[in-house]
Order: sequence, then structure tokens, then C-alpha cells
Amino acid sequence: MTATDTHRAIDAVWRIESPRLIAGLARLVRDVGLAEDLAQDALVAALEQWPESGVPNNPGAWLMAVAKRRAIDQLRRRTLLDRKEGELSREIGARLEAAVLDLDASLDDDIGDDLLRLVFTACHPVLSTEARVALTLRLLGGLTTGEIARAFLVPEPTVAQRIVRAKRTLAEARVPYQVPRGAELTVRLASVLEVIYLIFNEGYTATAGDAWMRPALCEDALRLGRVLAELMPREPEVHGLVALMEIQASRLGARIGPSGEPILLLDQDRGRWDQLLIRRGLAALERAEAIGGTLGPYTLQGAIAACHARARTAEETDWARIVALYDGLAELRPSPVVELNRAVAVGMAFGPAAGLELVDGLTSEPSLTNYHLLPSVRGDLLVKLGRFDEAQQEFARAASLTRNGRERALLLERAGQCQRRSEPLQRG
Amino acid sequence: MRFMMLYKPGRETDTPPSQEEIARVGRLIEEMARAGVLIATDGLQPSSQGARVQISGGKFTVTDGPFTETKELIAGYAIVQAKSKQEAIELAKRFLAVMGEGQSEIRLMHDTPAFDARSAPEPGKAERRQAPASR
Repeated sequence: MTATDTHRAIDAVWRIESPRLIAGLARLVRDVGLAEDLAQDALVAALEQWPESGVPNNPGAWLMAVAKRRAIDQLRRRTLLDRKEGELSREIGARLEAAVLDLDASLDDDIGDDLLRLVFTACHPVLSTEARVALTLRLLGGLTTGEIARAFLVPEPTVAQRIVRAKRTLAEARVPYQVPRGAELTVRLASVLEVIYLIFNEGYTATAGDAWMRPALCEDALRLGRVLAELMPREPEVHGLVALMEIQASRLGARIGPSGEPILLLDQDRGRWDQLLIRRGLAALERAEAIGGTLGPYTLQGAIAACHARARTAEETDWARIVALYDGLAELRPSPVVELNRAVAVGMAFGPAAGLELVDGLTSEPSLTNYHLLPSVRGDLLVKLGRFDEAQQEFARAASLTRNGRERALLLERAGQCQRRSEPLQRG
Repeated sequence: MRFMMLYKPGRETDTPPSQEEIARVGRLIEEMARAGVLIATDGLQPSSQGARVQISGGKFTVTDGPFTETKELIAGYAIVQAKSKQEAIELAKRFLAVMGEGQSEIRLMHDTPAFDARSAPEPGKAERRQAPASR
């Protein structure tokens, strides 16, 4: 093995081991920032020693042993400072050693709990959303600061600073290293799910940069979601989110054309959907539904995605069921965008006139004033009703609102088609 | 990235695995699932249960198992999601450490991240996020 190979191996080991390492250490030192520093120290030791000695057979245990030795040193020093006597009694030293031995014994059993504590700490509401995302990818995804910076197209120092500040905030707010319980759990879990879905969406529909999507981020989010589903198997919304992400990810290969143009769901070649991910998504949805209770927003969205995934052709889509699921979603999370989605489904299920009626009710909605999909959806329904003149105006308006060049071209083309179809009628 | 790991034990036996072996592999599978890396996995029955179908010069030949060249026989597979080939290698090491013998062939699968390099430029993609009939 060359030194480069060893360094690559160390990177890989870090990605696999660092979340467990940091999670376990944080329980010992009660400080996520310090835990990460200790884990990093162990990594540095590995970088020094492994090129010479080779990668140990159990690299995770090696890293943990090194990190724990440093943790004990740290704790000793800290106890010294706290006591101010300038002398560490033997008794305390012994107690520390015992605590560490204890940790040794319980580490394997409790690693799940530790990881959960780390998840909830990284997604703590005391942090800004950006900080939660960065910290989660860093501590739980095992990404380097550089990787996070590249994924979100921000300068590396910005991410580094974000993470440093986040850790300081956690320490200053004395955020306890624990999994919330009861009513607080529901609220805090929502924050965790939001962070994971945000990461997924950033990959699925990149908001900036040249690429329209960045599947690597989708994979990171999926991995986090799958881990969380194993850690919290009795939380239906975790499985709901995993279902939603697995099914959406199954379409990654089909939603982009040969020249990079986006392909709409109903126009996609379903043969290119990833059946393995669809199966996983449907299984996750079943787990969510089997737990019972009212379906939450992620499970409902997962169920809508599943309706599309189950249809072998666009024509086979069960639109009536999609409408019913949107009804549920609109009740839980009312928003004009959900209403617009619901109107599209109603138009597909019960005919364009029914859809148009709902869309017309949304035209005065302030938040949709400059939303290009409103006139675009309206134009679509008008075409189906044969009202080409009005449809043309809607597509032209949608084209003027979108900032995406490819989409604008498409909308102008549709406007042109409407014009050609309306002219013969006028002449006749 | 998705990798397929093909496990070749290097020998074939008709002796079914012991309870202890099954439990060990089960623990490993659980651990990899908990780490969010395992996408799919299964073990394969002895080659005596299988067959080989070949086409050459437009002619099919079917050979029933067992197959003799045991070195290349596949006994199981796993599909893992990893950040790099190196990570897949580390995962394979963990698997082999449990199996105690044999080799794991790691192959990169043709999956969607190949599209990562393709681009659909233009700003203003944020609006797509909540497009009706979501993509």
C-alpha cells in the first residue's frame, strides 16, 4: 500500500467511523465541539502512524482507543481547572478511569442512543438552519468542510466559520447531550427531518450553480434518513421521509434529457426509474403506515410519490387517490402551493374544468403573484378545454415570469402552438 | 455511488452454515443497514441448484450445476452506497473479516450520479422546488 492509498483508506475509515466516534466521545466529555476535536486528534495520529504501520484490522477501535486516551487527559485537565487546588486527587483519577471503562463496556450497546443524541444536538433549534445543515453533514455525514462548501457552492472558510460558531453556540447555550422526550420530541424531530429533507432537496433541485441537481447530496440525505429510520423505528414520519426520498431519488436518472433539459414527471421514461429504490421507498411507506395514527406530512408526500411510482405508465396514475392525499396534506400544512398541486391532481382526476375552477380561486393569492407555475398550470388546463386564446396568454405570462431559460423556451413554444391552433377557429 | 460487492468464498460446500455463522452475518448486515450504507443483499444457494446458460454462434448451451471451478463461484452479493471506492473497500474488509475467508469483488454500478456532471444551467431553479406534479 502506498502512502496515497493509506491516506485514501484513512479518509474512508473516517467517513465510516467518525459519527460513532464523535457520538460516543460527546457522551464522555459532554461537548460536541470537544468530542469532534478529540476525534480529529485521533485522525491526525492515524495519519502519522498508519502509513508506517499499515491500517489496523479494526480501525474504528484503534481510533476510539486513541481518542479516549486524549479524552481522559482532557477531563483530568478540566477537573484540575475546576477544582483550582492545582492537584488532582487520586480518587478523581480513579473515578475517571472507571467512567471510561464503563464507556468501553457500554459503547457498543448504546451507540444507537449516542448517535441519536448527536442527531438532535446537531439539529438543535438554538442553531440557524444553515448551521444545522452544515453541522449535520459534518458530524453525521462524515463530510469534510471542503466537501460541504463545494456541495453548497459557498467558500470553504464560510462553512468552517459556520461550524465553529455552531459548536460555540451549543456550548454557550449548554445544550444538554440528550434525546428529547414527550411533546418536545415531536417538535425537535420535525427540525431533524426538515434538515435532512433540506439537504435532499438541495441535491434534487440545486438552487445555484451549473448543475440542475447534485445527486451526491441526495445520497447523503438518504443515508442520514436511513440511519435515522433504524434509530427511531417507531416514528412513522421518519419512515415517511425515507419513503419520499427513496422514491424521488428513483427518478434521478429519468428527470434530465440528453442536453440537460429537465423532463417533467409525466413525460419521463419510466423504464429509467430505479426499481430498487422504488421498492425500498414502498417498503418504507408500508412501515410508516403500519405504525398507525394520522398520516403526517412526509408520509402523505411519500404516498403521493408512491402513486406515481406504482403506475407503469402516466395514464395509469391513480389521480383520485392523489387528490385524496393532497386533501390530507392541505389540512395538515395548508399552503397555496399545496392547493395548486391539488388543483393539478383534480384536473387529472375529474377533468380540466374542475381543476380550472380551483386554479381560478388561487389567482388572487398574493404569494403566487409572480409564481410562473400558476399561469403555466392554468394554460395547461385551458388547452385541454380548447380555449387556446386564453391559454396562449397564460403561457406567455408564465414565460415572462420564469428565470429559467430552458423553461422559458418551452413555455414560449407552447404559447406559439396555442396561437396556431386558435387562428383557424377565428378565421372560420 | 453505488457498488456491488460479489462475495467469492473460494470453495463450495453443501454443509449449510451454522447458527453461529448465520448470527454473525446477521449482525453485520444489521450494522451496515444501521449505518445507512446497505441497499440490498442476499446469499446464493450452492451451484448445484443453478445452471449456466450460454450463447455462442447463435446456439444456446445449458449446463446444470454444480460447477467445478469453485474459485470463481459467487456465494452472495451486497449493493452498498458509498462515497468512494475506498469506502466500499473498507466495507468489504468488514464483511470479509466476518466471513474469515474468500474475496470480495467490488464493482461500481451504473447509477444516477453519472449524471452529476451533466448540467442544466440557468438561474432561477428555486421555483422548481415545489412544481406541481413534483418531479
